[in-house]
Amino acid sequence: MQSGFISSPHSARINRVDWVMLQVCLALVPGTAALVWFFGWGVLINMALATVFAVAAEAAVVKLRGRPVLPAIRDYSAVVTALLFALTVPPTIPWWLTLLGIVFAIVIVKQLYGGLGYNPFNPAMAGYVFLLISYPVAMTSWLPPHVPELLQAHDLSTLSFLDSVRLIFTGALPPEHTWDAITAATPLDEMRTRLDQGMTIDQIRAASPLWGVFGGRGWEWVASGFLLGGLYMIWKRVITWHIPAAFLGGLLLTAGAFWVLEPSTHPFPAFHLFSGAAILGAFFIATDPVTACTTRRGQLVYGLLIGALVFVIRTWGGYPDAVAFSVLLMNIAAPTIDHYTQPRVFGQRKRV
Amino acid sequence: MLFPVLNPHRQRLWHFHGGVHLPDEKTLSNGAPSVAAPLPKRLTVPLQQHIGAPADPCVAVGDHVRKGQMLAKPQGYVSAPVHAPSSGTVVAIEHRRVPHPSGLSAPCVVIETDGEDAWAELPAPLPDFEQRDPSELRERIRQSGIVGMGGASFPSSVKLNPGPDQPIATLVINGAECEPYITCDDLLMRERAADIVDGIRVMLHILGTKRCLVGIEDNKPEAIVAMRQAARQGDPAGRISVVEIPTLYPSGGEKQLIKILTGKEVPSHGIPAQIGIVCQNVGTACAVADAVLRGRPLVERLVTVTGRAVAEPRNYRVRIGTSAAELIAASGGFVGEPEKLVVGGPMMGFSVDTDALPITKAANCLLALTAAESPDPGEPQACIRCGRCAEVCPANLLPQQLYWHARSKDLDKVQDYNLFDCIECGCCAHVCPSHIPLVQYYRYAKTESWAREREKRAAEHARERHAAREARLERLERERKAKLRKKKEPVAAAGGADAKQAAIKAARERAAQKRTAPDGASAHSATPAAAKGNGADKTATAGASAVGSPSAEPRRPGGHAASSSPAEQAAASNPPPTPPQQEGPRASAGNA
Ligand code: SF4
Ligand code: SF4
Repeated sequence: MQSGFISSPHSARINRVDWVMLQVCLALVPGTAALVWFFGWGVLINMALATVFAVAAEAAVVKLRGRPVLPAIRDYSAVVTALLFALTVPPTIPWWLTLLGIVFAIVIVKQLYGGLGYNPFNPAMAGYVFLLISYPVAMTSWLPPHVPELLQAHDLSTLSFLDSVRLIFTGALPPEHTWDAITAATPLDEMRTRLDQGMTIDQIRAASPLWGVFGGRGWEWVASGFLLGGLYMIWKRVITWHIPAAFLGGLLLTAGAFWVLEPSTHPFPAFHLFSGAAILGAFFIATDPVTACTTRRGQLVYGLLIGALVFVIRTWGGYPDAVAFSVLLMNIAAPTIDHYTQPRVFGQRKRV
Repeated sequence: MLFPVLNPHRQRLWHFHGGVHLPDEKTLSNGAPSVAAPLPKRLTVPLQQHIGAPADPCVAVGDHVRKGQMLAKPQGYVSAPVHAPSSGTVVAIEHRRVPHPSGLSAPCVVIETDGEDAWAELPAPLPDFEQRDPSELRERIRQSGIVGMGGASFPSSVKLNPGPDQPIATLVINGAECEPYITCDDLLMRERAADIVDGIRVMLHILGTKRCLVGIEDNKPEAIVAMRQAARQGDPAGRISVVEIPTLYPSGGEKQLIKILTGKEVPSHGIPAQIGIVCQNVGTACAVADAVLRGRPLVERLVTVTGRAVAEPRNYRVRIGTSAAELIAASGGFVGEPEKLVVGGPMMGFSVDTDALPITKAANCLLALTAAESPDPGEPQACIRCGRCAEVCPANLLPQQLYWHARSKDLDKVQDYNLFDCIECGCCAHVCPSHIPLVQYYRYAKTESWAREREKRAAEHARERHAAREARLERLERERKAKLRKKKEPVAAAGGADAKQAAIKAARERAAQKRTAPDGASAHSATPAAAKGNGADKTATAGASAVGSPSAEPRRPGGHAASSSPAEQAAASNPPPTPPQQEGPRASAGNA
């Protein structure tokens, strides 16, 4: 008989990258459903577009680099990047912005650094920030959530599927609509603007039916959906609890500290959790293994700092949401954190 | 990581970091009692079945040997003899393929058995071992060729001799058998529990130890019952506790088992004796009992033949040197074409490309895996830094960082990340979603590091040899020249005196000439003589100031050597200077 020399172990491997990535996609379903329910078809159209662009870009670059194309695409990492990107951009951006953002993410941030596993920055977030800086207006025009009394109160309307398609591909609004009639500030935006105008939290919350229990109406459901998906991933051991828990803990702690000191100008800490991309970021973005810390203690530090940064940037920074910036900033710090948080090796004394 | 758990027997246990739960596959082979493997026509007994120096053959081709007769003597302290596993005629002593990850050939004694299986005269049993000196028992164990039978194959007598300044508080007996598929220790504990307990008693006596912990994974309930009963009966003093430990790979790793049972960690790069522990496998304990109480050397062992690619998996009592092919034939042969044949378990064993290999003292399992059991992991993908490997690593390493640095051949970095604490358990590779053959990288990096270390040492050695040789040549040359000069010395000295006199004479003459009248001829004849004398001196004592006193000259080389490099000194004190041609091969042989 003949068999090759293959090193141990000889057992069947129990994990696979594509399986992991597919679990991530699956975990995105509830949050995505909520997003589509409240913000319309644009979300789904963007997801589809981004996926197509991402896979095509990945294939093209891998081919140019003279590597086998199929394995690179089959790991579904480009798909996950595309989905996360599409879930963070407004559902109204034109198709070419999606293309631009995805090409930047896949080609420059991911593949130019060597492809999956080598990129120091989270591609989806880098693509998002790139667009946010280059096209701030388009990137901050959000739709109002599909909540009837809110729509009536502000005289807003929603887009049908065809409207969304037309808007994304041609940039044309439905004839009877204006931009003002279809867009609305996100809760985070609204909070910032009103606070800057000197209003107190109570006044702000009383002024509009935009607010739910913790965050914005509709947004709370989206965040809850992503939370559900995140817990599913922990259950399936796709991620561990460390980064999400530390992220949310860091955000709650800092927000809580300021809320205790000045409750009139700082919203209740849970507001931060259920607004913007905090939950999505904590479970799906900061946990991107490639760009996060790998040691357990390092992950706690990493998550905590991202959470704190999110609060700082949201409260005093120039941009309404801060998850992307915070994650990218901490991506830079990840190798250093890893270096200082190496575990104690079996049989060795504590090392510094 | 020190959170204790209480098991039903209220024995405190500890956790080690990581580990993986594996399908244990033990029922494939542990359903039937062990049987004796048929006596083969030929036995191929490798001379090195242990860690340390190979044994030195003490039989010749054509000799008739009897079962248990020594075939090869141990060479040095860390070594073990090998014995004839059956009676017959030595037909060859030559290189044969041995079970080794790299398909190595090594010297073996080949015996054609005569079918009698007749024992040689054995050393006397020592039932009164408790009255005997530990060193006598250790010598018996050494002469019986006993090595660690859990796979490490380190000579047991060495392990049982930790030295007087290393008191041993606990003897740990490894019956964990954490690798999937393997059941030979399980069967041994069920069938020979009393012998194992006897072996433990011998070892406790040798070590002067009062406590023994036998760790057995809870997936072997029969073995636990058998061992508990044997311990009660065989050691009424109650020194032996049989401890049921949770099934978690690799709890049978020496360091892991010690941690589980005692909470202590063997220091990195250290050995258990440093923390007052000696760890032995149950198979070793049984072999110790055979050697001390029956005088029998280690000539057979239990081997699990299993995997879904063999027809009837089971355990065999196998004479060392039996061909793997015969065992597989005894098990009904292969079912279809096996995907892989592995010596050892699926996690740490190595695959071999042929079954024409002898069973050695360390071979606990022959594993024939089907493609379904050992699917091709496919092309490795890029590391996604998911950290799962670190989660399961029982040595608490960062396998992923090790991988990066091993891949980029950064041997310093890879050692900074404690490569040499890796026990090659394979947990990391098992869980890696990118199917990276991580262990292969670590083995490679270890081999490279060793090679580099050797090279460095060889280079240093060579440099020293070179410097020494240069120094020696220089010294020889100096001595030769000095001798030459000595011969010439009377002449040179005479010449020198002549020259001086000539110069003085010339000077006087010149002075006289200045005073009287010029006469160049005599002055001219004097100068070359002086120059000649100086020149001869210069070449003899390179760099020494021209005209020293002749009597001081021979001392110079000696004085020089005193201030020279240690290498040169060593060379100088090496009485017979080796001819340069012999140095190369000698140096490399010394390092091989
Ligand atoms: S398990 Fe594999 S992919 Fe994950 S970090 Fe370790 S080596 Fe990389
Ligand atoms: S093979 Fe080495 S690095 Fe991998 S899990 Fe085992 S000890 Fe850790």
